[in-house]
Amino acid sequence: MEKVSVITGVAVPLERSNIDTDQIIPAVFLKRVTKTGFDDALFYGWRQDPEFVLNKEPFKAGSVLVAGPDFGTGSSREHAVWALRDYGFKAVLSARFGDIFRGNSGKQGLLAAQVAEADIEKIWALIDAQPGLEVTVDLPAKTVTAGALTVPFEIDDYTRWRLLEGLDDIGLTLRDEARITEFEGRRESWRPKTLPVK
Amino acid sequence: MTISDSPVHRGKTLAEKVWEDHLVVKGEDGTPDLIYIDLHLVHEVTSPQAFDGLRVAGRPVRRPDLTIATEDHNTPTAAIDKPIADLTSRTQIDTLRRNAKEFGIRLHSLGDVEQGIVHVVGPQLGLTMPGITVVCGDSHTSTHGAFGAMAFGIGTSEVEHVMATQTLPLKAFKTMAITVEGELRPGVTAKDIILAVIAKISTGGGQGYVLEYRGSAIRSLSMEGRMTICNMSIEAGARAGMVAPDEITFEYLKGRPHAPEGEDWDAAVEYWKTLRTDDDAVFDAEVFLDANELEPFVTWGTNPGQGVSLSQPVPDPSVIIDPNERAAAERALEYMALEAGTPMKDIAVDTVFIGSCTNSRIEDLRAAADIVRGRTKAENVRVMVVPGSARVRIEAEAEGLDKVFKDFGADWRFAGCSMCLGMNPDQLEPGERCASTSNRNFEGRQGKGGRTHLVSPLVAAATAVRGTLSSPWDLAIDDARLVDAGPSTGSGNAASVNGSVL
Repeated sequence: MEKVSVITGVAVPLERSNIDTDQIIPAVFLKRVTKTGFDDALFYGWRQDPEFVLNKEPFKAGSVLVAGPDFGTGSSREHAVWALRDYGFKAVLSARFGDIFRGNSGKQGLLAAQVAEADIEKIWALIDAQPGLEVTVDLPAKTVTAGALTVPFEIDDYTRWRLLEGLDDIGLTLRDEARITEFEGRRESWRPKTLPVK
Repeated sequence: MTISDSPVHRGKTLAEKVWEDHLVVKGEDGTPDLIYIDLHLVHEVTSPQAFDGLRVAGRPVRRPDLTIATEDHNTPTAAIDKPIADLTSRTQIDTLRRNAKEFGIRLHSLGDVEQGIVHVVGPQLGLTMPGITVVCGDSHTSTHGAFGAMAFGIGTSEVEHVMATQTLPLKAFKTMAITVEGELRPGVTAKDIILAVIAKISTGGGQGYVLEYRGSAIRSLSMEGRMTICNMSIEAGARAGMVAPDEITFEYLKGRPHAPEGEDWDAAVEYWKTLRTDDDAVFDAEVFLDANELEPFVTWGTNPGQGVSLSQPVPDPSVIIDPNERAAAERALEYMALEAGTPMKDIAVDTVFIGSCTNSRIEDLRAAADIVRGRTKAENVRVMVVPGSARVRIEAEAEGLDKVFKDFGADWRFAGCSMCLGMNPDQLEPGERCASTSNRNFEGRQGKGGRTHLVSPLVAAATAVRGTLSSPWDLAIDDARLVDAGPSTGSGNAASVNGSVL
């Protein structure tokens, strides 16, 4: 995973709440077996509408999504993160995230920054006044800067550290492999086994 | 779970007990705990990239004997003996078959007697049991919490992580008690409980929590009913839902292919009986619901929290104070082509779907069959009945339920996720309206432009009879009118007739 630090880019307002992962990427695109090339599938249903924000300049080239609360609810599909990433998004700002989406983002280097709802609305107003406004999401400082406005965001310390260092989770866990083996040695025999087939 | 730093002793919740029994490494200074995973369920959609990751890194699946795969999301539910017509779907299925072979994973393919929806297969094989941790690259993994397991959906990176290490680094969840006391009226089911819970706490209310469902109404539910409730925990934003195991749980499990036997069974039951929240445990949040008051429940909008009792009208967004919620409600009504104030019962549907990991088990099919037996479906309504697994299909056919559904005019299908998610051939047409026993009414979920009303199997069946959103109570009123053959008052007072239903 590449290291994440300070992200600056065009902010895209998505003034809706409860954006579920079915809206971020419909199931029909989940048939692919690759991990890249999902940019065309992002917000597929909404992008059929010429008025949708990503169909309009200067937002087409956006890289910071500023969304309503409860972003990424519903299905566990990590494809939602891949689609955002493949399109070019580096960060998503929202007052609340679906838990699984937030976790998936952290694994893929997409910064899910939790920003207070009132601050999201202030950023929307700034974008409205100046479409194409670039915002800066500063992971070390945990702040978002839009014009003269600087507001804090929340992210858990562990995810922040992993993003800053660009660390691979599996590699981190395998440092504890001896403890996993030791744990396995004391598991009770009644616990389920899928093999042999009965 | 927030493990209290307070020196004052307090008891533990069910979730805390299961969590602590799976601690491989206790996290310190903000690092997550490392949690052991007892059972990893795999399907074709969220696994190919994970297997690829293992291959690239040269890693094996650490515990193939704790892993099982099935084909469900992509698979057709008709003509399953023919090659899958959709090439990308076929490629994904073939990829799973190749990966399972290469990594030594048990796989139940389309046509196999154990194939089916992953969350139906695990419990019916007796692999899902109390006190274990279960994960799957599917958010409805919360289903398995019905057994008192800690079960939750994960993303593909985590699928790879579990394959490689049989563990997950996780921050403890907070705990929320959902207490449902009282007795459900006939015609009101587990599905109505969970739809009402989600409407109450909203789609974000459970974020960061594991929900424990408790109270007399939960205790009296069958395992199927408990699975329906835990299944939809994710629709309230929660990763997991749990019900403490009891005799109903043990009775369901005993004798299943992978249930413990002999001394193992005795040891397991002894441990499982300790898996209940201590009387002096403290939840981080508590919610109460009165089962006595509950009516059949149905969604009107485009998220599972947008629901009302079937006897109510479509809500008026203008009275919603929160501007985001109001805007969401307005957009939902536009998408659903509904007007505020319209009685829910006046809404006509084009399709009725009975199936999905929420409501496709044998008990669901029996309940629906009891409603439609001897009746004919409403004209112009397409009715699909899709068993959750090949086993459920066989069991239903042994009981003659297939004949009941076919005589009614329904389409009797093979097992799979089917019309729940618009990924296989079973989809809604744009503008088509569906009463569905599934779990998500998101825009386009059942097919681009499709409109979904989430309902119980009983409401689905009654709707298939009448053509408009209906409950068994309405059928009882219809029947009473037929018997009286006199002028009806048409009051439709459900409470006065519910005793005569079912």
